[in-house]
Amino acid sequence: MTIPESWFLMLAAVIFGIGMFGLLTRRSALIMFMCIELMLNAVNLTFVTFSRSLHDIGGQASVFFILVVAAAEVTIGLAIVVAIFRRRQSTAVDELSELRG
Amino acid sequence: MIAMTTTWPDLIVFIAAAAMAVIGALGIITYRNPVHSALSLILTLLGVAIAFLEQEAHFLAAVQVIVYCGAIVVLFLFVIMFLGVDNKEDISVEPLVAQRPMAYASVVVTMVGILAMLSRGGWSTGAQVATGASPGGAENVQAVGSAVFTTYLFAFEATAALLIIAVVGAVLLARRDRTGESISEGADA
Repeated sequence: MTIPESWFLMLAAVIFGIGMFGLLTRRSALIMFMCIELMLNAVNLTFVTFSRSLHDIGGQASVFFILVVAAAEVTIGLAIVVAIFRRRQSTAVDELSELRG
Repeated sequence: MIAMTTTWPDLIVFIAAAAMAVIGALGIITYRNPVHSALSLILTLLGVAIAFLEQEAHFLAAVQVIVYCGAIVVLFLFVIMFLGVDNKEDISVEPLVAQRPMAYASVVVTMVGILAMLSRGGWSTGAQVATGASPGGAENVQAVGSAVFTTYLFAFEATAALLIIAVVGAVLLARRDRTGESISEGADA
């Protein structure tokens, strides 16, 4: 109870902003996935901070479920990246300008 | 008032965690080698885990290290090395016109909005739950466990189904068809 909640919220906002910038500017699908993980982590940090400030354990339970969903998302996303790489020999999203396989 | 209520070991731990998280995050978006980006991601995840510990969410800190650093980043590194895409990505070229200024602008707008909301203090004024305070230590594990297995039992069962579906989907996407030519190797391969 010593560090104010707003400091953690600011840290989470900064991490979220960096992840958002990376997601908008990088073009490798792998790096974009990492930036999504970054933004999810920032949101997890705000959940835990509000769980502390509101004295509600539900915030921490929500983070638990976000972790599970993030793990499932990374599994499927990386499988898609592998499938695309076999086809196109590249992970750059600029190459994927058409739906045709 | 902040300086009076904050003891200096907590301050040092917070500054270390924040520095790890921000430096790692900057590393992810600036390194051109994907392997280095994945290693920076580990630094950020550890910083966030320390921030969890600082707020007495001990169970989530352990899960963060085990699941994120232990499983997800290893999966990233495995895919990077499996595909052999550890070549450098040229991040100086900009194929989409004004993509980077637009990204700067949208990030600045988002950050200013969040920080303005934060500075007005309108966030932490929700109704406090009198019972069910989030305890630390072994009691934290107990509290999270009982919340997950009672209040959020349906969501917990749904995540079990989600994980099974994700694993089956990943196997289906990544496998090669053994009967004929490979699913993913088309005529132009």
